[in-house]
Amino acid sequence: MTILRLLWIYLRVGVMNELAYRVNFFVRLFQSLLELGTALAGLAVVFSYTDTLGGWRPDEILGLLGVHFLVGGVISVVIQPSMEGFIESVREGTLDFTLTKPEDAQLLVSVQAVDLWGFIDVLLGSGVLVVALARLGERVGGLEAAMFGAMLTAGIGIVYAFWLILATCSFWFVRVENILVIFQSMYQAGRWPVSLYPGWLRYGLTFLVPVAFATTVPAEALTGRLNTETMLGALALAAALLLASRAFWRTGIRHYSGASA
Amino acid sequence: MSGLIDLYLQQFKTSLAAMLQYRAALVIWLIGQILEPLIYLVVWTVVSQTQGGSVGGFTTGEFAAYFIGLMLVNHLTYTWIMYEYEYRVRHGSLSFALLRPVHPIHSDIADNVSSKVVSLPGMFLAAVVLGLLFRPTFHFVPWAVAAAVPALVMAFLLRFFIEWCLALAAFWMTRVNAVNQTYFAAMLFLSGQVAPVALLPGWIQTTAAILPFRWMIAFPLELLLGRLTPIQTMEGFAIQGAWIGLGWISMRIVWRAGVRAYAAVGG
Repeated sequence: MTILRLLWIYLRVGVMNELAYRVNFFVRLFQSLLELGTALAGLAVVFSYTDTLGGWRPDEILGLLGVHFLVGGVISVVIQPSMEGFIESVREGTLDFTLTKPEDAQLLVSVQAVDLWGFIDVLLGSGVLVVALARLGERVGGLEAAMFGAMLTAGIGIVYAFWLILATCSFWFVRVENILVIFQSMYQAGRWPVSLYPGWLRYGLTFLVPVAFATTVPAEALTGRLNTETMLGALALAAALLLASRAFWRTGIRHYSGASA
Repeated sequence: MSGLIDLYLQQFKTSLAAMLQYRAALVIWLIGQILEPLIYLVVWTVVSQTQGGSVGGFTTGEFAAYFIGLMLVNHLTYTWIMYEYEYRVRHGSLSFALLRPVHPIHSDIADNVSSKVVSLPGMFLAAVVLGLLFRPTFHFVPWAVAAAVPALVMAFLLRFFIEWCLALAAFWMTRVNAVNQTYFAAMLFLSGQVAPVALLPGWIQTTAAILPFRWMIAFPLELLLGRLTPIQTMEGFAIQGAWIGLGWISMRIVWRAGVRAYAAVGG
């Protein structure tokens, strides 16, 4: 409950900050629509030459695109700005102030910054997902929906843990934001099912940078192609990574001696 | 003239030193440059295999050659000058560049060329590795490969002039990201990055022939791969030349107007 209350507070602050710059909304809306339009046009070109892509039909790929936008939106709303803020605060020493607050520091750090306009991507992604679902029709039942919800949650949990582990490295190394930029760049690959990629790249996108769990796996759940092993594997990995990132965060915090005061 | 050569040599040295200092940034940039053509290479390879080994006049191996070549051509003609200018104008660091007795474009060109020299080995390595993995089919047409060299130089100049004009939009606007993104979205399709231009719908092909994008990447690339006839090549050079002229003139006009509009902030 504390998580929700805190997230709500930071969200309100984010909204108040952003509402001072209202033109930003239209700029970001334009940028998001442009990105979606480009992605859809790319799909249209590819599917004008084939009916299936690695066994995926156009509507299923559309669903994957929706997931890609949705998860990308969640990352840009809270995970990315908060983690960047955290790395910055370690370098500048302002993390001291966060540590003195009477709440769990990991929680505070993880919701400290909210980029309101990232919700545009969340909404657009959900819209695309609804259209894809309508076109898939009967094939998506209650079971698929439940598995999709579980896989989406696990995927977001894995991405969060991944970012937290990398960001925690900033207690020892100064320039870790570079690795986070690599994630952003690799995330582009998640617009297509990872099963298309050759082995080495597929492993890289699954285990090195967990793009597959954030995009392909939820889309697989939605389209009824998820096998039990992958599902259990994703849930186990999410739990393991969340615990590991928590433990690593604690080690990092103990190591942190404050840079400013 | 010798003054200008000295200037370039000195600028190469400073840029090289700066590049080598920020190696991590260079590697990240390289990953992005490799990943995007790689994604489309994979997608079209799968499409081609599903359709029995060839699609729209491209075999699986020709797709591989196309996208690996695309990666190299894009790298050789790439600029990031629009991001540079947004920063310079917003932070006022352009003021120092304006105080110098030579036009700032010279240091920008030297900067761009030296970064390419530094990252070229990495790019070639990536091309070789991708070549081993995807088995491209390359039709060697000697005259076309020879003609591709000037076509590449002209493509670089064309892209540099046009993107420099675009970068100068920062003089009038503080938020140029949306403008850049629109430019890159158009470029993605019209320069043959999503798919070879010949595979796009007819009306996009017509648009691509008129606008400069195709002549920045697709033209030298198709020439290199031996996919163009001598007549198409001549036409291509003529259109490239015309766009370079147009780009150069508009660059001069926009630069003059822009410097007048520039109000140094900070600095």
